[in-house]
Amino acid sequence: MPEYESHEYDVIIIGAGGAGLRAAIEAHGKGLRTALVCKSLLGKAHTVMAEGGAAAALGNVWPEDNWKVHFRDTMRGGKTVNNWRMAQLHAQEAPDRIYELEAWGALFDRTADGRILQRDFGGHRYARLAHVGDRTGLELIRTLQQRAVSLGIDVFMECKILKLLKDSDGQVSAAVGYWRPTGEFIVFTAKAFVLATGSIGRSWKYTSNSWESTGDGHAMALWAGADLIDMEFVQFHPTGMVWPLSVRGLLVTEGVRGDGGVLRNSDGKRFMFDYIPEMFAAETADSEAEGDRWYEDHTNNRRPPELLPRDEVARSINSEVKAGRGSPHGGVFLDIASRRSPEYIRRRLPSMYHQFMELAGVDITTEPMEVGPTCHYVMGGIRVDAESAATTAPGLFAAGEVAAGLHGANRLGGNSLSDLLVFGRRAGLGASEYAEGRTGTPSVDNSEVDSVIEGALAPLGRDGGESPYDLQNDLQETMQSLVGIIRTESELTAADEALGELDERAANLSVSGATPYNPGWNLATDLPSMLAVSRLVTGGAIQRKESRGGHTRDDFPGPDPEMGKVNFVQRYLDTGGIEIEPTTRPEMPEELAELLKEGN
Amino acid sequence: MSEREVNMRVWRGDANGGNFEKYSLASQEGEVVLDVIHRIQATQAPDLACRWNCKAGKCGSCSAEINGKPSLMCMTRMDELPEGDVVVAPMKTFPILRDLVTDVSFNYEVAKRVPAFQPPPPPEDGYRMQQVDIQRGQEFRKCIECFLCQDVCHVIRDHEENKPAYAGPRFFIRYAELEMHPLDTNDRREFVRQKAGLGMCNITKCCTEVCPEHIKITDNAIIPLKERVVDAAYDPIAWLGRKVRQKRKLTPEEAVGTVSHDVATDPDS
Repeated sequence: MPEYESHEYDVIIIGAGGAGLRAAIEAHGKGLRTALVCKSLLGKAHTVMAEGGAAAALGNVWPEDNWKVHFRDTMRGGKTVNNWRMAQLHAQEAPDRIYELEAWGALFDRTADGRILQRDFGGHRYARLAHVGDRTGLELIRTLQQRAVSLGIDVFMECKILKLLKDSDGQVSAAVGYWRPTGEFIVFTAKAFVLATGSIGRSWKYTSNSWESTGDGHAMALWAGADLIDMEFVQFHPTGMVWPLSVRGLLVTEGVRGDGGVLRNSDGKRFMFDYIPEMFAAETADSEAEGDRWYEDHTNNRRPPELLPRDEVARSINSEVKAGRGSPHGGVFLDIASRRSPEYIRRRLPSMYHQFMELAGVDITTEPMEVGPTCHYVMGGIRVDAESAATTAPGLFAAGEVAAGLHGANRLGGNSLSDLLVFGRRAGLGASEYAEGRTGTPSVDNSEVDSVIEGALAPLGRDGGESPYDLQNDLQETMQSLVGIIRTESELTAADEALGELDERAANLSVSGATPYNPGWNLATDLPSMLAVSRLVTGGAIQRKESRGGHTRDDFPGPDPEMGKVNFVQRYLDTGGIEIEPTTRPEMPEELAELLKEGN
Repeated sequence: MSEREVNMRVWRGDANGGNFEKYSLASQEGEVVLDVIHRIQATQAPDLACRWNCKAGKCGSCSAEINGKPSLMCMTRMDELPEGDVVVAPMKTFPILRDLVTDVSFNYEVAKRVPAFQPPPPPEDGYRMQQVDIQRGQEFRKCIECFLCQDVCHVIRDHEENKPAYAGPRFFIRYAELEMHPLDTNDRREFVRQKAGLGMCNITKCCTEVCPEHIKITDNAIIPLKERVVDAAYDPIAWLGRKVRQKRKLTPEEAVGTVSHDVATDPDS
């Protein structure tokens, strides 16, 4: 049998982006033996890529702002299928989480009177995003990382977790993985586990996500018997780079539009005025002049349509390109050069300036950018309890992008970084309480460990099988072309069949070389998760016969009020299949429902 | 797409040694070095090891030495390199793990020794700081921890024996940032002088030249830090001032003590 090292803790947190780090700080603060396990080096998680800011109703720029408006914006952006309790807690607690970062050393941009400055973003009624230029995610992860390091929290870097194991009572008790540098196996036993593994974007060809976003946490929760929810809701960020091809999909921050940038088609027209949906008509400018005045005066003008929620903008870009009014490389133009001074652009958007200058040879202070939708975020994920972040699998907690509910059918920009902080902390607390109340020593069945390890090693010993790179490529082509931004029944069914074939091919992978730092082998061990989440997204998309937020059906172009009452839950069956069923949300208390009414 | 070929010489091997292997493939428009490495993985050498994450110059994972220059592979465009073979080697200052991947744990160990940020308790209506007072700190906080400055720094690049007593440019900007932070009350100047080896840096500016974030490491961080540390160590009036100041800054022992106090709450320790 293969050998492995063993570690025992109270709380193990898998994933060291914003949510994982915040959870670890909390659990450690409760006096529990806590460790973080992450696939990359510490500080490299995808949080680092977040640009625009963290949404919190601090009211520093607009004193009119408060948690109620933030709650309302989040629910409307999510097309009201959100977990309202999560949206409430998030809006209420985000300000404290931001101030806490400041006390840990973060340096946010300032207002003239020395408070935290806030910027405008799509779907937020007021300028609400605490930020540092366009590198807010870096500030957030570095602050949390430095805090965690100063507290002496144990970190297992470049360590990939393959599977969670349960004890005989059905409590999650162990995690099996391997060290990427050495390829040696490792088993963690703990009283509680927190999944904070982020996104699933690598299953698509054009994505803003890094190699890590393979849906490991989604898949591990599924395999451990936890419920997943809303998996059909995938956010395609409207503005990804489209050229050069090698950087296609790379994120262009919404801050460009928040700071005055506009979208134009090949005729030079600001086409977003043609795509204002009824739901947002009352609060959206209907002339360029009004939209332009809004930047200086939010009270007497309505916001420009370039700042509609992301799903609306992404679909509109898609339509313009399809109608033949796109840019030379298949996107549209994002123009800030003609609207703001070069000094302003370089100060507000320094990393966008460098990104375009160095990767595309485009000077954004003098030329428009070419942009188009890119797979960016999954609203769906593990079903959690709003208060404790507990999943439906005992001993397992989840926070951040891997968890679902807060964002409903579509996430507003800026709500992700605040999500990480609010629910990272709550997951740390929830896991701590669970660990403290758990009796006995978590046990692990050695034969189960052995079988996980053997499964992971299988491609290395197999000759003549398929290359994991080829399989990944085919998966990405499938999801991109059949389960993309606009979906239809026949394509989704075709995708489901294709995924079945890909599953079969995945059982026959061959990898050359050995286990130490072998990216081919690493990819082979990521593919089962990538395939599992692709199945969940496709399955959910087939069931939701309507268009809502990050799920658009060509064959059901409008929202269906009946469908709006349910969320689709998916869970693994012991027989190996996946069960999918609609579930209705608990009714919203009257005082919250009131906030969503017109005029509020 | 052009028909041109690109010829890469990529270092392959591990701690026991290795050599440059040659890979030829068709060039593609607008590619960066990391794209070519990925295509080599997908088509010719599936086990070729390299680190990467964001592919946008924001995470600092894909550091390597390209034609001898410490650079990010994701931000180095192929069409900006001179004609001929492109040579890609791992960072020299850190031990090799495999191929282009090095063991950068030195940096994470140094990070653990940084005495923690320590603000006063917040006033009722929150901390106030002026933009002008945090601008410099924000420059240093742009650091993406690619460790290219550590790689190029000859104090440790050519002298392994200096590593235990030297923090390196990445951490000098961290110390400078904390030193200039309007809220911090922790005095690390003696620590920086005695334990971080600031005096060993002789300001050749190699670190500034390779910084992909264009942080002026030498001019804006190291030189001011050296001045402050020297003042602290040798200026009797400043010394006296510190002694009599009511809200005094902590001595290095106390500063270190602050960290161990935090660690002491960890049941592990």
